[in-house]
Amino acid sequence: MTVIIEPGTTATPDVSPPTKQNYLNAGYTVRSWLLTTDHKRIAILYLLSITFFFILGGIAATIVRLDLMTPQADLVQSETYNKLFTAHGVIMVFFFLIPSIPAVLGNFLVPLMVGARDLAFPRLNLLSWYVYVLGGLFTLYALLAGGVDTGWTFYAPYSSTYSNTYVMATAVGIFITGFSSILTGLNFIVTIHKMRAPGLTWFRLPLFIWSIYATSIIMVLGTPVLAITLLLVGAERLLGIGIFDPRLGGDPILFQHLFWFYSHPAVYIMILPSMGVVSEIIPCFCRKRPFGYEFIAFSSVAIAVFSFLVWGHHLFVSGQSIYAGMVFSMLSFLVAIPSAVKVFNWTASLHKGTISFDTPMLYALGFVGLFTMGGLTGLFVAALAVDVHVHDTYFIVAHFHYIMVGGAVMGYLGGIHFWWPKMTGRIYPEGWARLSAILIFVGFNLTFFPQYILGYLGMPRRYHVYPPEFQVLNVMSSAGASILGLGYLFPLTYLIWSLYCGKHASANPWRAAGLEWQTPSPPPTENFDQTPVVLDEAYDYQRIDSLSVEGGV
Amino acid sequence: MIDDGFRLLPEQASTLAPRVDLLYFFLLGVAVFFTVLITTLIVYLSIKYRKGNQQVDRTPGLSHSVRLEIIWMVIPLVFSMAIFCWGATLYFTAYRPPAGTMEVRVVAKQWMWKFQHPNGRREINTLHIPLGQPVKVAMISEDVIHSFYVPAFRVKRDVLPGSYGSCWFEATRTGEFHLFCAEYCGTNHSRMIGSVIVMEPSEYENWLGGGISKELPAVAGKRLFDELRCVTCHPPNGATGRCPPLGGLFGEEVKLTDGATAIVDENYLRESILRPSAKVVAGFEPLMPSYDGQVDEEQLIQLITYIKSLAKP
Repeated sequence: MTVIIEPGTTATPDVSPPTKQNYLNAGYTVRSWLLTTDHKRIAILYLLSITFFFILGGIAATIVRLDLMTPQADLVQSETYNKLFTAHGVIMVFFFLIPSIPAVLGNFLVPLMVGARDLAFPRLNLLSWYVYVLGGLFTLYALLAGGVDTGWTFYAPYSSTYSNTYVMATAVGIFITGFSSILTGLNFIVTIHKMRAPGLTWFRLPLFIWSIYATSIIMVLGTPVLAITLLLVGAERLLGIGIFDPRLGGDPILFQHLFWFYSHPAVYIMILPSMGVVSEIIPCFCRKRPFGYEFIAFSSVAIAVFSFLVWGHHLFVSGQSIYAGMVFSMLSFLVAIPSAVKVFNWTASLHKGTISFDTPMLYALGFVGLFTMGGLTGLFVAALAVDVHVHDTYFIVAHFHYIMVGGAVMGYLGGIHFWWPKMTGRIYPEGWARLSAILIFVGFNLTFFPQYILGYLGMPRRYHVYPPEFQVLNVMSSAGASILGLGYLFPLTYLIWSLYCGKHASANPWRAAGLEWQTPSPPPTENFDQTPVVLDEAYDYQRIDSLSVEGGV
Repeated sequence: MIDDGFRLLPEQASTLAPRVDLLYFFLLGVAVFFTVLITTLIVYLSIKYRKGNQQVDRTPGLSHSVRLEIIWMVIPLVFSMAIFCWGATLYFTAYRPPAGTMEVRVVAKQWMWKFQHPNGRREINTLHIPLGQPVKVAMISEDVIHSFYVPAFRVKRDVLPGSYGSCWFEATRTGEFHLFCAEYCGTNHSRMIGSVIVMEPSEYENWLGGGISKELPAVAGKRLFDELRCVTCHPPNGATGRCPPLGGLFGEEVKLTDGATAIVDENYLRESILRPSAKVVAGFEPLMPSYDGQVDEEQLIQLITYIKSLAKP
């Protein structure tokens, strides 16, 4: 891809520890971390914070699944149960999934991939982490002070008038965190437009950059609407201004329109970056250019545009006009097309490749399969009459977990493994990593597949107690969740272990294309010794491999 | 009793259920086909082109193909538009009741369902309905949003505070079926469940005749109308000049003071009782006081039923 290629790198690196100064050994004080404007250090700060929230959200989910082993309420009270599923949703959506790939991998990789020294606004970037942490603290306060029981959707008038829990503290937390997302999106958009290295034209950009770009547009345009919505809930709750509660002259459907105008695109904030990660991993482990680069790139933009036009499919049974329902249903089917384009292109990319099955590739292939299933069940819920039946049941729960966990989290883990050597300068233990990738895949399916059946049978979501005939499937789901939970504990353990005991990584352990691999692992603070110049197309694996052969490997 | 054995599909107990299931099976077919297609391709290609296999032709082929892209855009498009039309048609049926439906009034509140049958008989959390008769449930909530969901009928409709909404169904099997609240409504959301009991029409008639003393909703509405002194300004002949005559008003289109028009439906009548000055008919003064807080949801329904029953003088 560039003029600076290292022909000597190998796939099984065993290099000596870095002697040069890099972003990790540039300073060891707390101050050097908390006041850093280095995008790579900020990425690490995000990594630590979202991992903390992931564990919290995971604990809430564990208690929920344990409680659902029996039809009765035996582990916790209903008040607590409702607070637990709300905590799980709020934490996982706003404090883990939305920041996950953009704030960690995006922060780390966007400047490296475009050949820049940092993001366009490094101080703004640090501010966005502080804003995120501040929002997180508000939400933690709400959780510790007593919790919230509105569900992550905050439907009015329950949230605005009836709930006696810490709705406002949580809403303020999410409101604040939203600004972190807006600032990050803004930073990415400007960086991608203005700071690409010489020769790095739009169609030479890595597909990860395309998907982060599309994600950033949604973050910047969508998040303010969520902020306005929460502000209006606050106005009604604290000042009694009638906006959503009909007793005060408001309209409860208005809340749903406003909420989903952000929260549906938010689903694409979660999944688009994962699609970007997969589009990086597949070419590397197939050793070839991805099939239909332009189509994968433009489908990201198409998904971002369509994502703003489909919010009404959350309102099919809410009392929205029948005709509005029909328009939203048709538009929702159209989103399936760019998603299908991506899946077909990834699959076609395998053709005539030289495929190896390292951990990132296992996650990427798992992603394609699970995303396909999540996407296809999206057709069920876009189909009006079927949605009437499965709306607000476990079918929906299964569907969006296939997208958000089977899709987004698998992509995130794949990306973390793929770029771990770059981020930390260490190699993780491959055997353990493959084992846990398989455990997560199996555990995930055991957890969520039974929920499709449960949903079609009619079990509503957010049910603490349920009729006894649903127990068998609930027990299966909880059993799967225990495997899934175990699967998540493995990477948490061996990745930390690898920081101290892992082998040192070379600059390019995967012999991957992309500018981020042309600088040492971990990269120096200034990223590149001299500004790289890009002369070739992206993903030119043929040339990289022929150079390696000439280099005598 | 509710059948609580293990099963993979819910019971079919309404005219809509088999039609929804047919679309579901079609979707299942599409989903299985594409999942198997993609999975098989991934597994086949991964094995064939694995790194260790040197015996395979890897001469660079196409890096992109507009023709292929168009093919795999058009095929999903055709499938999804077909599914859209199918789903939309059924949806239209599910929310448009046919003529001659029997109307049951539903008032939902945290955390119970209150029903009232056309003859005035009331029940809580259990709904008795006749077999083979289209039933429309006209619903309103006293507090937060609830959702009326009978899985065996494949119908669901959110029950909103502040406005009436409805759905309908025609039961095809006698028996007892789950009624769930599907929209999260607070602490005891999962206990806001009840059952729908489908009976032979003759049994239903017997059941309807039983129970404690009851009053036809329109009669109760008339009594309330007199008690609240509505009759002072709205006499039966409607000729006071202070208000539009109520007789025959329901279903009509009226011109409002601000130039807009409104159809006099149940939501309009409800609003006019609670917030009379919101939509005043052109040519009249906003004289009427608000009855917000003086009548509850069930009394509002009775008043509206009475007003609907008034014929043109």
